Amino acid sequence: MKTNSSTKQKQHNKALSTLQKTPTGISGLDEVTGGGLPKGRPTLVCGEAGCGKTMLSIEFIVRGVIQFNEPGVIMTFEERAAELAVNVASLGFDLEKLQADKKIKMDYVHISRAEIQETGEYDLDGLFIRLGHAIDSIKAKRVVLDTIENLFGGLENEAILRAELRRLFTWLKDKGVTAIVTGERGEGKLTRYGLEEYVSDCVILLDHRVVNQISTRRMRIVKYRGSLHGTNEYPFLIDSEGIAVLPVTSLNLDKETTSERISSGIPSVDDMLGGKGFFRGSSILVSGTAGTGKTSIASAFADGVCKSKQRCLFFAFEESPQQIVRNMRSINIDLEKHIKSGMLKFFGARPTLYGLEMHLVAIHKEIQKFKPSVVILDPITNFISIGSLSEVKNMLIRLIDFLQGEQITVMFTALTLGDLVYDQTDEAISSLVDAWLMVKDIEANGERNRGMYVMKSRGMKHSNQVREFVISDDGLELIEVYVGPDGILTGSAREAQILQEETGVAIHNYALSRKDREIMRKRQVLEAKISSLNSEFESVEEELNKVYEEEELRKQILNKNRQTMQSIRRGNEKNDERQNSK
Amino acid sequence: MPEKKGVADPKKRKNVYVMQLFVTGASPNSTRAISNMKKICEEYLKDCYELEIIDVYQQPSIAIDEQVIALPMLIKKAPGMERKLIGDMSDKPKVLKGLEINALNL
Repeated sequence: MKTNSSTKQKQHNKALSTLQKTPTGISGLDEVTGGGLPKGRPTLVCGEAGCGKTMLSIEFIVRGVIQFNEPGVIMTFEERAAELAVNVASLGFDLEKLQADKKIKMDYVHISRAEIQETGEYDLDGLFIRLGHAIDSIKAKRVVLDTIENLFGGLENEAILRAELRRLFTWLKDKGVTAIVTGERGEGKLTRYGLEEYVSDCVILLDHRVVNQISTRRMRIVKYRGSLHGTNEYPFLIDSEGIAVLPVTSLNLDKETTSERISSGIPSVDDMLGGKGFFRGSSILVSGTAGTGKTSIASAFADGVCKSKQRCLFFAFEESPQQIVRNMRSINIDLEKHIKSGMLKFFGARPTLYGLEMHLVAIHKEIQKFKPSVVILDPITNFISIGSLSEVKNMLIRLIDFLQGEQITVMFTALTLGDLVYDQTDEAISSLVDAWLMVKDIEANGERNRGMYVMKSRGMKHSNQVREFVISDDGLELIEVYVGPDGILTGSAREAQILQEETGVAIHNYALSRKDREIMRKRQVLEAKISSLNSEFESVEEELNKVYEEEELRKQILNKNRQTMQSIRRGNEKNDERQNSK
Repeated sequence: MPEKKGVADPKKRKNVYVMQLFVTGASPNSTRAISNMKKICEEYLKDCYELEIIDVYQQPSIAIDEQVIALPMLIKKAPGMERKLIGDMSDKPKVLKGLEINALNL
């Protein structure tokens, strides 16, 4: 089981620093050992042939010179100095030059039983003198003895040899040099000749295992007297830059979080995720069956990230980078320009290239070099082929852990084949991720269409709807699916439904306008009727008025005539005046 | 090698033994080795040897050139193949064998 030893260790060291340490400069090893090898003491590095003992020791010396300005002595019992120089030249270590600069001194000790006759008591003073001379001549702080066990092959008297080795390690301590002694792994023991008896301060075991035809190098600190250390087996890698150890795993969940958002590169997906996209530093899983556009989603994300002037690292485990660039061009995503501008970097490797741990180390290294804000792994499913599900899960936990610590957003894509794998892959890691988009085939009416769900998205409001996911020449888009009387409609069925409804609307509209016109006509007719009635009424009214007026007039005239008649009858002028005043 | 036989004959001057004995100061092993070696030489190689005694402490660089590891060490440079002997030379038969001195007439 992996534990959180490395962080514990750091805290411990802060509290009480008793043992001084010499940093190795080897990436990762210093973290695993909590600062390096015990200063002024010998360390035993053991392992089988070809596990990297010599490489580790040489790197310790060379990095000591280059990074910490501590000269070093390499005493080799196996390879000649010149051979060694050629062997490590591939790592860019120029031993010849460092020797000329008096930073490194190399001494090849050759001993062969065939050439030597033992004639009594002896000691290894010659070795001491040579070593002492080498150390003093360049004021070395670091010493490597690779592989001192060869002495056992060259000398018969083991009793003397053992006594002398004990003396040698004490002497090295007295000299105050930090030494690495390498030893070949023995059966049932750490070293063939039991060197661990003499070197008791720090023992590092290197291992090279082949599981499922894939080899993984591992390192374990067997003991480290006076210091807490990581007890796990740590995978390490030897590549063109030397050794890289991966300090896994701190499983404590105290990562910093941010509520900053990062767009998914597809506006309609952002809409489904509360309108703003993913959280920065979160992990996103995109899963789906074959050909559902997982890589396209990932590429769109990469494109969006690069457009917002952030760096993106794309690990392609299935298609070659060139292939992805070409394929994405067909959906109007130009990744090439981002590669040219240095915002996007592809890292293509077949999963079977090396073991899971190695992948993790390689991913770590690339991330630390490129310092991206987004990392894409496409796809993670293939890792199953090189490790069991729990191993893959473990690796991803560690990766997510590391990325969260660095505030890097990560998107995984995962292929789901059928129900079985769907259950396995997705569920194994779905609990780890913060957001899970699932693209699913919706098969109906003799065609396949893609539907996208947001299965989960921690800490934000997200749509619970299925959207149709459309990949067109212009890119990716989500369309709200049509929910018709027969269920969800997608693809041409959706188009047909839309057309049908559009036709319906047109017919309806036509019908409406016809009715409108009819009403209009009716109104006109009625209005015409109203006006004729009006005029009729007016003429009748006029007729009536005429009668009234005539009657009135007649009345007045009659009245007047009557008065005139009366006055004439009375012959009275006064009546005239009176009537006038009235 | 025909000269092998009768090497002990002091009159055959061409079979001069050239030897270097590497020691470390006056350590017990070194002093023993020197006295043992001198005895053997006087006994078997009288007037027929050159023995150079080298203190490695004084000349550490020579230790690297001659691949000195265990001390005391005797290097026989001539005659024949170069041979190396280590130890305090107390095991006489081994020394003689190593130096290819025919000790049958002991």
